[in-house]
Amino acid sequence: MGMTYAQKLLAKACGRTQAAVGDVLEPPVSLAMSHENGALVINQFDEIFQGTGREAKVWNPERIALIFDHRVPAESAKTATNQKKIREFVAKQGIRKFHDVRGDVGGVCHQILPENGYVRPGYVVVGTDSHTTSHGALGAFSFGVGATEMASVWTLGRILNVEVPGTIKVVVDGKFPEGVYPKDLILHLIGKVTSEGANFKVFEFHGAAIRAMSTSGRLVLCNMSVEAGATSGLVPPDEETRRYLKEEAGVREPLDCFGPDSDAVYDQTITIDASRLEPQIACPHTVDNVKPISAVAGKKVQQIVIGSCTNGRLDDLEIAARILKGRRVVDGTRLLVFPASWRIYREAMKSGALADLAAAGAVICNPGCGPCLGVHQGALGDKEVALATTNRNFKGRMGNPNAEVYLCSPAVAAASAITGAITDPRTLTVPQGAR
Amino acid sequence: MAKGKVVLALGDDISTDIIYPGRFMATVLPKETPQFAFVDNAEFNRRLKAKEIPAGSVIAAGKNFGCGSSREQAVSCLKGYDLAVVAKGIARIFLQSAINLGLNIVICPEVEAAAGDELEIAEGKVRNLTSGKSFAITPLPKARQAIIDAGGLIPYTRDLLLARR
Repeated sequence: MGMTYAQKLLAKACGRTQAAVGDVLEPPVSLAMSHENGALVINQFDEIFQGTGREAKVWNPERIALIFDHRVPAESAKTATNQKKIREFVAKQGIRKFHDVRGDVGGVCHQILPENGYVRPGYVVVGTDSHTTSHGALGAFSFGVGATEMASVWTLGRILNVEVPGTIKVVVDGKFPEGVYPKDLILHLIGKVTSEGANFKVFEFHGAAIRAMSTSGRLVLCNMSVEAGATSGLVPPDEETRRYLKEEAGVREPLDCFGPDSDAVYDQTITIDASRLEPQIACPHTVDNVKPISAVAGKKVQQIVIGSCTNGRLDDLEIAARILKGRRVVDGTRLLVFPASWRIYREAMKSGALADLAAAGAVICNPGCGPCLGVHQGALGDKEVALATTNRNFKGRMGNPNAEVYLCSPAVAAASAITGAITDPRTLTVPQGAR
Repeated sequence: MAKGKVVLALGDDISTDIIYPGRFMATVLPKETPQFAFVDNAEFNRRLKAKEIPAGSVIAAGKNFGCGSSREQAVSCLKGYDLAVVAKGIARIFLQSAINLGLNIVICPEVEAAAGDELEIAEGKVRNLTSGKSFAITPLPKARQAIIDAGGLIPYTRDLLLARR
């Protein structure tokens, strides 16, 4: 019987010819990623080795990545001490895929992994971060795990008890209209499937609109697949995957690119015509509370955030800069910009995007997870409303349970910064130069 | 068989941001996380810290409990008080971490339970002793039972490590 991309990948990883949905496998891990919560992983890892008489060595330091992004530079003595503990561990274990608080190689884990070529098609990737689903954009079976699970991976080099998931095939045809982006597509899909509709399943993305989409856009889709509960979002690798890994990530080794079987069996197929989409907004307090922008346009917002592992890439910043160039962030609304990595930060500096954004009144912050989860910078005041290109709008998410978060694309965020209210970028009437 | 009173009855989509807000994520150790369990629910958090809630008490929830962030603090903070969770559905990462840490977690798609109800968690079903109704439990994935039987993923992994030459 034909296999889906996930079935085929997991079978291959385990050296099998078949993997049926529901089979329980223990695939070897190609890459194991953690961020600051590596401090907890180290704690659990040490506990595994306690009393065994064995030296606590990770199974393979080349397959472990540690990236500081959640609270950089450290916001508290506690974080700084955890980061110090991780640095010492990295040195002791000989881990080289380590990205410290640095303006050259630093950034948010879900951008650092792709841009450094750490993720390849066919890989099994685990990360102690739920948005590890992102890396399915490069054809990896990639998913989030808890810290103790990661400690087990560091010890054994494989991930225990992975059930081969059922697959929801998502076919996206048509061309995106002006002002509509991959973010609108994934919000629309999550609204349709609901927040738990893909729990224990994966999305597999197909169709002309996906084939024509850049890796940056595919990362948005896979990043947010977890918001429908999906274990992973997957884009079977194609020419764009090869191009990105070769040209942008500097990968020289041959890639193992394959697709699902033509007679693969899917749990469900969802067809979307991209040309019929309009900008989408996820309203408080669940990501599946999605409405077309016409239903919420005019809602006043006090803080706008552009950036994060979802929408902090160069194309996102440039879309925002094009809209904001020669215009002004309206008084009473603040705009915070968080590029996804320092490489992107420097590229956006070179292209002039950051200068245009700052000249319009945006605050350019350093790459990091910052306000997305309310741990570092950009907290909301009581009863304030935020509009963000990030991935979650749960109650309390941006540091305050008495505030609201709406989610949108970078274009909607930029247009709304000019008016101070949720604004469809296609209807923006403030002329450029009208400062 | 375990009995416990429902001390908190919640709806659908209770995220890990509600169970353990992101702003306390710098605290990681299981012995330190319980102080922040449901911290934005000030009264419940106070009762937990004042030890007014006995071990074995139950959090009843709707669908998709534990959705969102993979932060394990959201599991360890509940485990610290030895609470049980009975939910209509549980998000994947939370479910796996609960098994790994030995948090008593029960998937019970039809469960009806209000705060104050007395529940009995028995083989295959949850009995609401207050309403007299019984609800079927969805068994955990089979392969997970070995981890539970071993007392959690740490001893389970330790055994695998020791079995290796």
